[in-house]
Amino acid sequence: MAGYTTVFGSLDNYEKGRVIIVDDDPKAYVFSNIFEVASMSKPYEKVAVGKNLEYVLETIRCEGTSEWRVTPHDEFALVMDGTVVVELLDPSGQLVDPDANGSIGLDGEPAGTRMGRITASRGHQALLPAGKCYRFHCDAVGVILLQTIEGPDTIYRWAEICQTEA
Amino acid sequence: MTLTSDTAPANPNDAGYGTFTIGGFTFSRDEYFATITWPTGTHQLAIDVFLRALQRDVAWGFFYGIVNFDSVFGTVNHYGNVDMFAGRFNDAYRRAEVDYSENFTHDDLMACFQSMLKDWTNDGYDPFAAPQETGQPFGKNNGSNDAAVTRRRVVADRMVSVPGDEQVRTDDMGFPVNRGFADVPQDEPIVEVEPGYEGDVAAYNLFKYISRSDVTWNPSVVSACKESLYCPTSEEFILPVIHGNDRVEWFVQLSDEIQWDVEDRDTGAKRARVICKAGDVAAMPADIRHQGYSPKRSMLLVWENASNRIPEMIARGEISPRAVDF
Repeated sequence: MAGYTTVFGSLDNYEKGRVIIVDDDPKAYVFSNIFEVASMSKPYEKVAVGKNLEYVLETIRCEGTSEWRVTPHDEFALVMDGTVVVELLDPSGQLVDPDANGSIGLDGEPAGTRMGRITASRGHQALLPAGKCYRFHCDAVGVILLQTIEGPDTIYRWAEICQTEA
Repeated sequence: MTLTSDTAPANPNDAGYGTFTIGGFTFSRDEYFATITWPTGTHQLAIDVFLRALQRDVAWGFFYGIVNFDSVFGTVNHYGNVDMFAGRFNDAYRRAEVDYSENFTHDDLMACFQSMLKDWTNDGYDPFAAPQETGQPFGKNNGSNDAAVTRRRVVADRMVSVPGDEQVRTDDMGFPVNRGFADVPQDEPIVEVEPGYEGDVAAYNLFKYISRSDVTWNPSVVSACKESLYCPTSEEFILPVIHGNDRVEWFVQLSDEIQWDVEDRDTGAKRARVICKAGDVAAMPADIRHQGYSPKRSMLLVWENASNRIPEMIARGEISPRAVDF
């Protein structure tokens, strides 16, 4: 008897579902696809694909090396496609208000102590710890789904990425 | 409030099962059905349908909002106390004014449900398992399966695999790869940690973790960004409850496909069908109820905002029942 084939998506191979309306507005379901969003994004843009009050899910297209960022709270990077290297650094001083929301970009490489490095592929989830700095690197093209809070660099493109018509 | 149970073997019925009464509700089971009576009516559910729903309601602590066992019976969580209802979210019952609802403390109703689940679940039947992976729930009382119905729900404080937090699933821990995910890669990320940073440099394979889940339709928390919770779950067959939202809930389809029936939360009128494939993201508004169908075991990431302020904010009109207005 044949086994099962598990279907994952990727930038090169995804099939988007849809909302079939009976009596509603399709925009109520904010329906998008992570790979489609990443295919339309510039490297390291943080495009929201989910929003629950202040909390967001961001799709990030990883290509080359990102800027360094610092996060005031824990964030979590789930690699959905490709292989992404996460570098972590403990800054020598406080670079972000711990009560703030969302990560902020930094100019250049911050001073501090190297904490370690994570090489993550599809399905791997990495902790981006509160108060610390990180940057991503991807030799080819990868996709991250980031669990975080709305910040100054969160981008909203709902009308472009979501199903709007029945 | 009264809480009584005639549990087997003290006073079992002809099929060997106890009868449970709490407030105006009485629950009894025979070989095929659960029968619920209340002051204005009576209702029956197939026992497999009832036990699968009861298992989720117990394991989830009555969950967020409304847990409809079917189109008639269910519970509404008020976080500390719980309404148990018959016909409250059924348009015909409401119009005929035969619906019924009664409020209980969380602990009283939970104790009743736990006792019923323990007594009515037979040896070899696991209400959490996919139908192909467990025995039959039908027939006369045939012992119990306490290990299955009292599983601990995984709730990570920070993230699975972080030292001191919930740990990854392995063969040795009794979590082999499920037959439906035999082709899912079991590799782990490469984690290089400088001394002193072991608690902050962490990663694991979430897809491997889900592939080793021994239950279906049972979200567990793997990472928490304040009140933002990642609750992945492995899905197969039908979501055993029709979940009525009291807040926006998001679904990220990580693998394969689930189709969702979406109805008006209060009347049950059909509103939409949402077909989610790998990589799709969809919001469930706060004024709907939904039930999912997964023909092949699939990976679903349920994303919740656990703030207990949300139901009141929606009721006061301070926030929209929609996730985003655009």
